[in-house]
Amino acid sequence: MEHIPILKMGKLLLVTIQVDMHDRLAMALQDDLTERIVKDRASGVLIDISALDIVDSFIGRMISNTASMAKILDARTVLVGMQPAVAITLVELGLTLDGVITALNVDHGIRLLQEPDKKTGRAPSR
Amino acid sequence: MSKGKKAPLANVIDTHQHELLAGWLDGMLSRMVRRDAAAEAEIRQQAARFLPLLAQSIEDDPGADIGSSAWDDTRQLLTEISQSRVRQGFTPIETANFIFLLKKPLFGYLRAALSDDSQTLVEETARVSTLFDDLGLFTIEVYQKSREQVIMRQQQELLELSTPVVQLWKDVLALPLIGTLDSARTQVVMENLLQKIVDTGAMIAIIDITGVPTVDTLVAQHLLKTIAAARLMGADCIISGIRPQIAQTIVHLGVNLEDVITKATLADAFIVALKRTGSTITHAKHGD
Repeated sequence: MEHIPILKMGKLLLVTIQVDMHDRLAMALQDDLTERIVKDRASGVLIDISALDIVDSFIGRMISNTASMAKILDARTVLVGMQPAVAITLVELGLTLDGVITALNVDHGIRLLQEPDKKTGRAPSR
Repeated sequence: MSKGKKAPLANVIDTHQHELLAGWLDGMLSRMVRRDAAAEAEIRQQAARFLPLLAQSIEDDPGADIGSSAWDDTRQLLTEISQSRVRQGFTPIETANFIFLLKKPLFGYLRAALSDDSQTLVEETARVSTLFDDLGLFTIEVYQKSREQVIMRQQQELLELSTPVVQLWKDVLALPLIGTLDSARTQVVMENLLQKIVDTGAMIAIIDITGVPTVDTLVAQHLLKTIAAARLMGADCIISGIRPQIAQTIVHLGVNLEDVITKATLADAFIVALKRTGSTITHAKHGD
Protein backbone atom coordinates (compact mmCIF):
# COMPACT_ATOMS: atom_id res chain seq x y z
CA MET A 1 0.00 0.00 0.00
CA GLU A 2 1.26 3.47 -0.83
CA HIS A 3 2.20 5.97 1.84
CA ILE A 4 2.66 9.70 1.84
CA PRO A 5 6.24 10.56 2.84
CA ILE A 6 6.78 12.47 6.08
CA LEU A 7 9.95 14.57 6.15
CA LYS A 8 11.70 15.60 9.33
CA MET A 9 13.10 19.15 9.48
CA GLY A 10 14.64 19.77 12.87
CA LYS A 11 11.78 19.47 15.30
CA LEU A 12 9.20 19.91 12.58
CA LEU A 13 7.55 17.32 10.38
CA LEU A 14 6.68 18.21 6.79
CA VAL A 15 3.99 16.37 4.88
CA THR A 16 3.52 17.32 1.25
CA ILE A 17 0.42 15.78 -0.24
CA GLN A 18 0.89 15.57 -3.98
CA VAL A 19 -1.51 12.82 -5.01
CA ASP A 20 -5.27 12.76 -4.89
CA MET A 21 -6.25 11.81 -1.38
CA HIS A 22 -8.53 8.82 -1.20
CA ASP A 23 -9.95 7.82 2.12
CA ARG A 24 -7.64 4.85 2.89
CA LEU A 25 -4.58 6.96 2.11
CA ALA A 26 -5.87 9.67 4.42
CA MET A 27 -6.36 7.22 7.27
CA ALA A 28 -2.89 5.74 6.69
CA LEU A 29 -1.41 9.26 6.82
CA GLN A 30 -3.14 9.90 10.11
CA ASP A 31 -1.63 6.71 11.59
CA ASP A 32 1.86 7.43 10.25
CA LEU A 33 1.81 11.03 11.35
CA THR A 34 0.76 10.41 14.94
CA GLU A 35 3.39 7.68 15.22
CA ARG A 36 6.12 9.91 13.82
CA ILE A 37 5.19 12.81 16.14
CA VAL A 38 5.76 10.54 19.11
CA LYS A 39 8.86 8.83 17.70
CA ASP A 40 10.62 12.02 16.55
CA ARG A 41 9.29 14.07 19.47
CA ALA A 42 8.22 16.69 16.92
CA SER A 43 6.82 19.97 18.15
CA GLY A 44 5.25 21.10 14.90
CA VAL A 45 3.64 19.61 11.81
CA LEU A 46 3.33 21.27 8.40
CA ILE A 47 0.78 19.81 6.02
CA ASP A 48 1.26 21.21 2.53
CA ILE A 49 -1.81 20.80 0.34
CA SER A 50 -0.83 23.29 -2.40
CA ALA A 51 -0.92 20.51 -4.99
CA LEU A 52 -4.45 19.43 -4.10
CA ASP A 53 -7.25 20.66 -6.36
CA ILE A 54 -9.96 18.76 -4.55
CA VAL A 55 -10.54 18.49 -0.83
CA ASP A 56 -13.80 16.85 0.12
CA SER A 57 -15.52 16.92 3.48
CA PHE A 58 -13.89 13.66 4.57
CA ILE A 59 -10.35 14.91 3.91
CA GLY A 60 -11.27 18.21 5.52
CA ARG A 61 -12.39 16.46 8.67
CA MET A 62 -9.34 14.20 8.58
CA ILE A 63 -7.07 17.25 8.56
CA SER A 64 -9.02 18.83 11.38
CA ASN A 65 -8.85 15.59 13.41
CA THR A 66 -5.15 15.18 12.73
CA ALA A 67 -4.56 18.70 14.06
CA SER A 68 -6.46 17.85 17.25
CA MET A 69 -4.51 14.60 17.68
CA ALA A 70 -1.21 16.39 17.16
CA LYS A 71 -2.23 18.95 19.75
CA ILE A 72 -2.81 16.19 22.30
CA LEU A 73 0.67 14.91 21.46
CA ASP A 74 1.99 18.45 22.10
CA ALA A 75 2.67 19.40 18.48
CA ARG A 76 1.14 22.31 16.60
CA THR A 77 -0.21 21.75 13.11
CA VAL A 78 -0.11 24.32 10.33
CA LEU A 79 -2.01 23.72 7.11
CA VAL A 80 -0.25 25.48 4.24
CA GLY A 81 -0.91 26.41 0.63
CA MET A 82 -4.62 25.85 0.25
CA GLN A 83 -5.82 26.75 -3.26
CA PRO A 84 -8.52 29.45 -3.56
CA ALA A 85 -11.01 27.03 -5.15
CA VAL A 86 -10.48 24.56 -2.33
CA ALA A 87 -10.97 27.27 0.29
CA ILE A 88 -14.24 28.36 -1.33
CA THR A 89 -15.49 24.78 -1.50
CA LEU A 90 -14.68 24.08 2.13
CA VAL A 91 -16.44 27.26 3.25
CA GLU A 92 -19.49 26.36 1.17
CA LEU A 93 -19.44 22.92 2.80
CA GLY A 94 -19.47 24.68 6.17
CA LEU A 95 -16.04 23.28 7.05
CA THR A 96 -14.04 26.24 8.33
CA LEU A 97 -11.46 24.06 10.12
CA ASP A 98 -11.58 26.12 13.30
CA GLY A 99 -8.61 25.28 15.48
CA VAL A 100 -6.30 24.57 12.57
CA ILE A 101 -3.59 27.17 11.97
CA THR A 102 -3.22 28.07 8.30
CA ALA A 103 -0.45 29.72 6.32
CA LEU A 104 0.05 30.76 2.72
CA ASN A 105 3.19 28.70 2.09
CA VAL A 106 5.71 26.49 3.87
CA ASP A 107 7.91 29.52 4.55
CA HIS A 108 5.16 31.35 6.45
CA GLY A 109 4.21 28.11 8.15
CA ILE A 110 7.69 27.52 9.54
CA ARG A 111 7.82 31.10 10.77
CA LEU A 112 4.48 30.63 12.53
CA LEU A 113 5.69 27.46 14.24
CA GLN A 114 8.88 29.17 15.40
CA GLU A 115 6.98 31.96 17.14
CA PRO A 116 6.09 31.14 20.72
CA ASP A 117 2.55 29.88 21.11
CA LYS A 118 0.60 32.78 22.57
CA LYS A 119 -1.83 30.56 24.45
CA THR A 120 0.56 28.11 26.14
CA GLY A 121 3.56 30.41 26.20
CA ARG A 122 5.64 27.48 25.05
CA ALA A 123 9.15 28.05 23.79
CA PRO A 124 9.57 28.15 20.01
CA SER A 125 10.17 24.89 18.21
CA ARG A 126 13.70 23.86 17.38
CA MET B 1 -64.17 25.37 -43.05
CA SER B 2 -64.79 25.77 -46.78
CA LYS B 3 -62.55 27.76 -49.06
CA GLY B 4 -65.04 30.58 -49.56
CA LYS B 5 -65.61 31.16 -45.87
CA LYS B 6 -62.00 30.63 -45.02
CA ALA B 7 -60.72 34.07 -44.56
CA PRO B 8 -63.36 36.73 -44.09
CA LEU B 9 -60.75 38.52 -42.00
CA ALA B 10 -58.24 38.50 -44.84
CA ASN B 11 -60.97 39.72 -47.19
CA VAL B 12 -61.86 42.57 -44.89
CA ILE B 13 -58.23 43.58 -44.51
CA ASP B 14 -57.74 43.46 -48.29
CA THR B 15 -60.80 45.43 -49.23
CA HIS B 16 -60.73 48.01 -46.47
CA GLN B 17 -57.00 48.37 -46.01
CA HIS B 18 -56.92 52.16 -46.22
CA GLU B 19 -59.93 52.73 -44.01
CA LEU B 20 -58.61 50.22 -41.45
CA LEU B 21 -55.26 51.88 -41.45
CA ALA B 22 -56.84 55.27 -40.95
CA GLY B 23 -59.06 54.07 -38.10
CA TRP B 24 -56.19 52.22 -36.46
CA LEU B 25 -53.82 55.20 -36.71
CA ASP B 26 -56.49 57.49 -35.29
CA GLY B 27 -56.71 55.23 -32.27
CA MET B 28 -52.98 55.03 -31.83
CA LEU B 29 -52.20 58.69 -32.40
CA SER B 30 -54.92 59.84 -30.01
CA ARG B 31 -53.28 57.79 -27.28
CA MET B 32 -49.79 59.03 -27.89
CA VAL B 33 -48.37 60.93 -24.98
CA ARG B 34 -45.51 62.57 -26.81
CA ARG B 35 -46.73 63.59 -30.22
CA ASP B 36 -44.05 64.52 -32.63
CA ALA B 37 -43.70 64.19 -36.35
CA ALA B 38 -40.94 61.60 -36.27
CA ALA B 39 -42.79 59.26 -33.92
CA GLU B 40 -46.00 59.65 -35.92
CA ALA B 41 -44.20 58.84 -39.12
CA GLU B 42 -42.67 55.76 -37.52
CA ILE B 43 -46.03 54.49 -36.31
CA ARG B 44 -47.60 55.11 -39.72
CA GLN B 45 -44.83 53.19 -41.38
CA GLN B 46 -45.02 50.29 -38.91
CA ALA B 47 -48.81 50.04 -39.26
CA ALA B 48 -48.60 50.14 -43.05
CA ARG B 49 -46.07 47.32 -43.02
CA PHE B 50 -48.05 45.26 -40.52
CA LEU B 51 -51.45 45.09 -42.26
CA PRO B 52 -50.36 43.35 -45.49
CA LEU B 53 -48.23 40.90 -43.50
CA LEU B 54 -51.19 40.11 -41.25
CA ALA B 55 -53.45 39.53 -44.26
CA GLN B 56 -50.82 37.32 -45.86
CA SER B 57 -50.33 35.26 -42.69
CA ILE B 58 -54.08 34.72 -42.26
CA GLU B 59 -54.30 33.71 -45.89
CA ASP B 60 -51.53 31.12 -45.43
CA ASP B 61 -52.65 29.85 -42.06
CA PRO B 62 -56.38 30.27 -41.40
CA GLY B 63 -55.97 28.27 -38.18
CA ALA B 64 -54.20 31.37 -36.84
CA ASP B 65 -51.52 29.51 -34.91
CA ILE B 66 -49.02 32.33 -34.53
CA GLY B 67 -46.24 29.91 -33.66
CA SER B 68 -46.33 28.36 -37.15
CA SER B 69 -44.02 29.28 -39.99
CA ALA B 70 -46.76 31.18 -41.89
CA TRP B 71 -46.50 33.83 -39.18
CA ASP B 72 -42.72 34.15 -39.28
CA ASP B 73 -42.74 37.52 -41.06
CA THR B 74 -45.47 38.93 -38.84
CA ARG B 75 -43.66 37.82 -35.71
CA GLN B 76 -40.43 39.24 -37.07
CA LEU B 77 -42.04 42.64 -37.59
CA LEU B 78 -43.70 42.59 -34.17
CA THR B 79 -40.37 41.67 -32.55
CA GLU B 80 -38.73 44.60 -34.32
CA ILE B 81 -41.46 46.99 -33.24
CA SER B 82 -41.43 45.80 -29.62
CA GLN B 83 -37.67 46.04 -29.38
CA SER B 84 -37.57 49.52 -30.81
CA ARG B 85 -40.28 50.56 -28.36
CA VAL B 86 -38.30 49.15 -25.44
CA ARG B 87 -35.36 51.28 -26.52
CA GLN B 88 -37.54 54.36 -26.80
CA GLY B 89 -38.94 53.86 -23.32
CA PHE B 90 -42.52 52.91 -24.17
CA THR B 91 -44.54 51.19 -21.45
CA PRO B 92 -45.72 47.60 -21.97
CA ILE B 93 -49.29 48.89 -22.41
CA GLU B 94 -48.27 51.31 -25.14
CA THR B 95 -46.40 48.50 -26.85
CA ALA B 96 -49.25 45.99 -26.70
CA ASN B 97 -51.80 48.62 -27.75
CA PHE B 98 -50.21 48.59 -31.17
CA ILE B 99 -52.03 45.29 -31.65
CA PHE B 100 -55.08 45.83 -29.51
CA LEU B 101 -56.10 49.14 -31.07
CA LEU B 102 -56.47 47.43 -34.43
CA LYS B 103 -59.30 45.34 -33.02
CA LYS B 104 -61.84 48.13 -32.86
CA PRO B 105 -61.79 49.26 -36.52
CA LEU B 106 -61.34 45.68 -37.67
CA PHE B 107 -64.40 44.43 -35.81
CA GLY B 108 -66.39 47.31 -37.29
CA TYR B 109 -65.60 46.28 -40.83
CA LEU B 110 -65.97 42.61 -40.01
CA ARG B 111 -69.47 43.27 -38.68
CA ALA B 112 -70.37 45.18 -41.82
CA ALA B 113 -69.01 42.45 -44.07
CA LEU B 114 -70.82 39.63 -42.29
CA SER B 115 -74.00 41.47 -41.31
CA ASP B 116 -76.21 38.92 -43.11
CA ASP B 117 -74.65 35.87 -41.43
CA SER B 118 -74.71 36.31 -37.69
CA GLN B 119 -73.48 32.75 -37.03
CA THR B 120 -70.26 33.26 -38.98
CA LEU B 121 -69.90 36.71 -37.50
CA VAL B 122 -69.87 35.33 -33.96
CA GLU B 123 -67.41 32.58 -34.85
CA GLU B 124 -65.20 34.95 -36.76
CA THR B 125 -65.23 37.53 -33.99
CA ALA B 126 -64.18 34.93 -31.43
CA ARG B 127 -61.42 33.67 -33.68
CA VAL B 128 -60.07 37.10 -34.50
CA SER B 129 -60.24 38.07 -30.88
CA THR B 130 -58.16 35.06 -29.87
CA LEU B 131 -55.70 35.78 -32.64
CA PHE B 132 -55.23 39.36 -31.52
CA ASP B 133 -54.86 38.32 -27.92
CA ASP B 134 -52.09 35.95 -28.98
CA LEU B 135 -50.39 38.66 -31.01
CA GLY B 136 -50.70 41.12 -28.14
CA LEU B 137 -49.22 38.66 -25.68
CA PHE B 138 -46.43 38.00 -28.13
CA THR B 139 -45.48 41.69 -28.21
CA ILE B 140 -45.47 41.79 -24.43
CA GLU B 141 -43.29 38.72 -24.25
CA VAL B 142 -40.79 40.22 -26.66
CA TYR B 143 -40.91 43.48 -24.72
CA GLN B 144 -40.20 41.63 -21.49
CA LYS B 145 -37.36 39.65 -23.00
CA SER B 146 -35.71 42.77 -24.36
CA ARG B 147 -35.97 44.39 -20.95
CA GLU B 148 -34.43 41.35 -19.30
CA GLN B 149 -31.55 41.41 -21.76
CA VAL B 150 -30.88 45.03 -20.87
CA ILE B 151 -30.96 44.21 -17.17
CA MET B 152 -28.67 41.22 -17.58
CA ARG B 153 -26.18 43.23 -19.56
CA GLN B 154 -26.12 45.91 -16.91
CA GLN B 155 -25.66 43.36 -14.13
CA GLN B 156 -22.74 41.86 -15.99
CA GLU B 157 -21.18 45.29 -16.41
CA LEU B 158 -21.67 46.04 -12.71
CA LEU B 159 -20.07 42.77 -11.75
CA GLU B 160 -17.02 43.57 -13.82
CA LEU B 161 -16.73 47.11 -12.52
CA SER B 162 -17.13 46.56 -8.87
CA THR B 163 -14.44 44.34 -7.46
CA PRO B 164 -10.96 45.78 -7.43
CA VAL B 165 -8.38 44.34 -5.02
CA VAL B 166 -5.56 46.79 -4.33
CA GLN B 167 -2.21 46.27 -2.70
CA LEU B 168 -1.66 48.80 0.08
CA TRP B 169 1.70 47.65 1.33
CA LYS B 170 3.96 44.64 1.19
CA ASP B 171 1.80 41.76 2.46
CA VAL B 172 -1.28 43.99 2.89
CA LEU B 173 -4.24 43.98 0.48
CA ALA B 174 -7.35 46.15 0.55
CA LEU B 175 -10.76 45.35 -0.88
CA PRO B 176 -12.97 48.44 -1.02
CA LEU B 177 -16.52 47.15 -1.44
CA ILE B 178 -19.08 49.44 -3.03
CA GLY B 179 -22.76 48.64 -3.41
CA THR B 180 -24.97 45.88 -2.13
CA LEU B 181 -23.46 42.43 -1.81
CA ASP B 182 -25.45 39.58 -3.27
CA SER B 183 -24.42 35.96 -3.72
CA ALA B 184 -23.11 36.37 -7.26
CA ARG B 185 -21.03 39.40 -6.37
CA THR B 186 -19.70 37.79 -3.22
CA GLN B 187 -18.53 34.87 -5.31
CA VAL B 188 -16.62 37.18 -7.66
CA VAL B 189 -15.24 39.23 -4.77
CA MET B 190 -14.15 36.09 -2.95
CA GLU B 191 -12.45 34.60 -5.99
CA ASN B 192 -10.67 37.86 -6.81
CA LEU B 193 -9.46 38.31 -3.25
CA LEU B 194 -8.23 34.74 -2.84
CA GLN B 195 -6.47 34.79 -6.19
CA LYS B 196 -4.78 38.06 -5.30
CA ILE B 197 -3.69 36.58 -1.97
CA VAL B 198 -2.02 33.74 -3.85
CA ASP B 199 -0.45 36.11 -6.38
CA THR B 200 0.99 38.56 -3.87
CA GLY B 201 1.52 36.29 -0.87
CA ALA B 202 -0.25 38.86 1.28
CA MET B 203 -0.87 37.95 4.91
CA ILE B 204 -3.55 40.50 5.68
CA ALA B 205 -6.55 41.67 3.69
CA ILE B 206 -8.59 44.70 4.73
CA ILE B 207 -12.21 44.56 3.61
CA ASP B 208 -13.56 48.09 3.60
CA ILE B 209 -17.35 48.30 3.66
CA THR B 210 -17.70 52.09 3.71
CA GLY B 211 -19.49 51.88 0.36
CA VAL B 212 -21.91 49.12 1.34
CA PRO B 213 -25.23 50.84 1.99
CA THR B 214 -26.81 48.23 4.24
CA VAL B 215 -25.63 45.14 6.01
CA ASP B 216 -28.26 42.48 6.61
CA THR B 217 -27.76 38.93 7.79
CA LEU B 218 -27.16 37.72 4.25
CA VAL B 219 -24.47 40.30 3.53
CA ALA B 220 -22.87 39.58 6.90
CA GLN B 221 -22.87 35.89 6.12
CA HIS B 222 -21.27 36.53 2.74
CA LEU B 223 -18.57 38.60 4.44
CA LEU B 224 -17.93 35.90 7.03
CA LYS B 225 -17.65 33.30 4.27
CA THR B 226 -15.05 35.37 2.46
CA ILE B 227 -13.12 35.82 5.68
CA ALA B 228 -13.29 32.10 6.47
CA ALA B 229 -12.01 31.21 3.01
CA ALA B 230 -9.13 33.68 3.30
CA ARG B 231 -8.28 32.28 6.72
CA LEU B 232 -8.19 28.74 5.33
CA MET B 233 -5.53 29.93 2.93
CA GLY B 234 -3.55 31.47 5.73
CA ALA B 235 -4.45 35.16 5.41
CA ASP B 236 -6.18 37.24 8.06
CA CYS B 237 -8.97 39.68 7.28
CA ILE B 238 -9.87 42.97 8.90
CA ILE B 239 -13.23 44.60 8.31
CA SER B 240 -13.09 48.39 8.23
CA GLY B 241 -15.37 51.28 7.39
CA ILE B 242 -18.19 50.23 9.68
CA ARG B 243 -20.54 53.15 10.09
CA PRO B 244 -22.37 53.69 13.40
CA GLN B 245 -25.75 52.67 11.97
CA ILE B 246 -24.24 49.51 10.55
CA ALA B 247 -22.65 48.63 13.88
CA GLN B 248 -26.11 49.02 15.43
CA THR B 249 -27.73 46.87 12.75
CA ILE B 250 -25.13 44.14 13.15
CA VAL B 251 -25.70 43.94 16.89
CA HIS B 252 -29.50 44.06 16.52
CA LEU B 253 -29.39 41.25 13.99
CA GLY B 254 -27.29 39.17 16.35
CA VAL B 255 -24.53 38.65 13.78
CA ASN B 256 -21.40 37.35 15.46
CA LEU B 257 -18.37 39.31 14.29
CA GLU B 258 -16.37 38.67 17.43
CA ASP B 259 -13.80 36.41 15.80
CA VAL B 260 -13.07 39.09 13.20
CA ILE B 261 -10.97 42.18 13.73
CA THR B 262 -13.16 45.18 13.01
CA LYS B 263 -12.12 48.80 12.77
CA ALA B 264 -14.05 51.99 12.20
CA THR B 265 -11.82 53.36 9.46
CA LEU B 266 -9.47 52.02 6.85
CA ALA B 267 -6.63 54.02 8.46
CA ASP B 268 -7.08 52.20 11.79
CA ALA B 269 -7.16 48.87 10.02
CA PHE B 270 -4.02 49.77 8.10
CA ILE B 271 -2.15 50.50 11.34
CA VAL B 272 -3.15 47.08 12.71
CA ALA B 273 -2.05 45.44 9.46
CA LEU B 274 1.33 47.20 9.57
CA LYS B 275 1.87 46.11 13.15
CA ARG B 276 1.05 42.52 12.22
CA THR B 277 3.47 42.50 9.33
CA GLY B 278 6.18 44.15 11.39
CA SER B 279 6.33 47.47 9.55
CA THR B 280 6.19 50.93 11.07
CA ILE B 281 5.56 54.37 9.69
CA THR B 282 7.00 57.44 11.38
CA HIS B 283 6.61 61.13 10.66
CA ALA B 284 9.69 62.76 9.23
CA LYS B 285 10.99 65.54 11.47
CA HIS B 286 10.82 69.06 10.09
CA GLY B 287 14.00 71.03 9.65
CA ASP B 288 16.25 67.98 9.27
